Amino acid sequence: MTGGRDRRRLTRHLRLGDRAYRRVLQGFGVFVLVIFVAVGATLFIQAWPAFKHSGPGFVTGTTWDPSHAIYGAVPFIAGTLFTSAIGLALAIPIGIGAAIFLAEYAPRRISGALGMLVELLAAVPSVVYGLWGFLVLGPIFQNTIEPRLSWLPFAHGAPLPVGLLLAGVILAVMVLPTIVAVTRDLANAVPATSREAVFGLGGTRWQMVRTAVLPAIRTGVVGAVVLGLGRALGETMAVTFVIGNTNAVPNSLIAPAQTMASLIANEFTEATEPFHASALLGIAVLLLVIAVIVNALARLLVWSVSREVRETV
Amino acid sequence: MSVVAASQVDRRTLIRQSARKSHRRRQIAGVVAAALCGLGLCIALVPLISIVALTVSKGIAAWSVDFFTRLPTPAGIPGGGIVNALVGSLIIDGLAAVMALPVGFIVALFLAEHEGRLANTVRFVVDVAAGLPAITIGLFAYAIVVLPEGHFSALSASVALAVLMLPIAIRAGETAIRTVPQDLWEAGIALGIRRARVARSLVIVSALPGLVTASLLAISRAIGEAAPLLFTAIGSQVFATSLGQPMASLSLVVYFDGIQPYPDLQRTAWGTALTLLVIVMLLNVSSRLLARRMRRFTR
Repeated sequence: MTGGRDRRRLTRHLRLGDRAYRRVLQGFGVFVLVIFVAVGATLFIQAWPAFKHSGPGFVTGTTWDPSHAIYGAVPFIAGTLFTSAIGLALAIPIGIGAAIFLAEYAPRRISGALGMLVELLAAVPSVVYGLWGFLVLGPIFQNTIEPRLSWLPFAHGAPLPVGLLLAGVILAVMVLPTIVAVTRDLANAVPATSREAVFGLGGTRWQMVRTAVLPAIRTGVVGAVVLGLGRALGETMAVTFVIGNTNAVPNSLIAPAQTMASLIANEFTEATEPFHASALLGIAVLLLVIAVIVNALARLLVWSVSREVRETV
Repeated sequence: MSVVAASQVDRRTLIRQSARKSHRRRQIAGVVAAALCGLGLCIALVPLISIVALTVSKGIAAWSVDFFTRLPTPAGIPGGGIVNALVGSLIIDGLAAVMALPVGFIVALFLAEHEGRLANTVRFVVDVAAGLPAITIGLFAYAIVVLPEGHFSALSASVALAVLMLPIAIRAGETAIRTVPQDLWEAGIALGIRRARVARSLVIVSALPGLVTASLLAISRAIGEAAPLLFTAIGSQVFATSLGQPMASLSLVVYFDGIQPYPDLQRTAWGTALTLLVIVMLLNVSSRLLARRMRRFTR
């Protein structure tokens, strides 16, 4: 932004109407802050009875038993972390590879068309990903993929059309378009001179990618990945379709499980036991805290990148 | 390896050989890397294309005139439709847009015109809020609308979606307003026009195409969300038009019918998923075309 500072200098001597106008704009800014602070505060106030009831056991307990008013969040924290980790472990190498191919190897026309396709896919509603995962990918996992995974450690158990691995794969498919689109844009923005420098030294195309492109886009890609992580952690619909709704710490890669978001989606409308609804709101508070930390991190990373770019230009 | 003992000619061949070897090694590494990247692209495209292709083929099979004009029927009874969900989505998202977009664009104007601690704080909080899990926003709307009123309602769903749209509207709106040339603003100020008038008659008018783009993006994001509606609009089998009642929505139909073991309900889910997909794609493509046209216009 170039204008802001100049505009401020012009703002020093303001007429009454202009001052009122500025106050109104500031008021709206404060209003938006209030709304988002209210989201956190409201959830916390609603969750307070359950926090008081369960104490620190709410975050360390491994049992979730509403009929005995025992609420421990560990199974869902584990489910959320495992599904997101699987999703990112698959999406990062595939996404970055795909983006590098689009930006560096594919002919310009194909790259443009596929790039736009990928960007449009990022807009597909998550509930559609969930439907596809549940009705199409689930049976394929149960019949073809999971029976062939029994040699892996932590992959024992009966093959089911739902479970941790399937949810992780769906998350990978969901965050792929974002990672590909961002990485491709970043790679396209690497200046031609640094590419030509490597070619001029007799480097191959891959050496150019490795020494000129990848180091330049590293921080930006990390930012995109962390944003993808934020999306995966909080994703509700796609995961709820395929996670299997089992309130226990998963003991196998293919076992049914539950994430924080899917637990809320499944139980909230039927929460009639004492403290049950409040405990679910407590889960939402935990999810909110994790999401805020992850997103703030991603934002700071992206900001530092754009500052770097601005300084070099 | 006794290079010292070798003659001039031998040395030259040795260098040539090692250069050739290095060249070959680097070329092989390059081919392997390119192949791996290409493989990544193929792996990425298979599920994405599969999702679109299956939603289109299964969705079209479910589409008919009845599908868009009739109310849902219980499992096993053919001829049901999603007209209530279509109208429900329109009402819920329309009201959410009316609540969120004006506020969002005013805040966008604030961010584009002012610098300072408040503006930076707002920008940071809005960026973080853009990544809040949709389901937590649904619970927020439940707590502030459904609990006090004592019943689920379309209004509470609109509140949830409005909160969800706000960060998108603000950031996309700010980008749109910042594309308006600074000279225009300064010209207005130089003429002695009041700032509010400059903003309204010069800045907002010039940024209008960009603001329309931002609106379309925000609406397309909101219309696909099901999580914030689970505890607010909650879904309905009847034709509801009152904001105080539970209401059906396209995204909820995809979820509630999709998880049922009945093939005809799953068919409805696919048909509804395709309807959503078409709406979202139309919104996205039109916003993209508009953005491109605007860029040509400003140039």
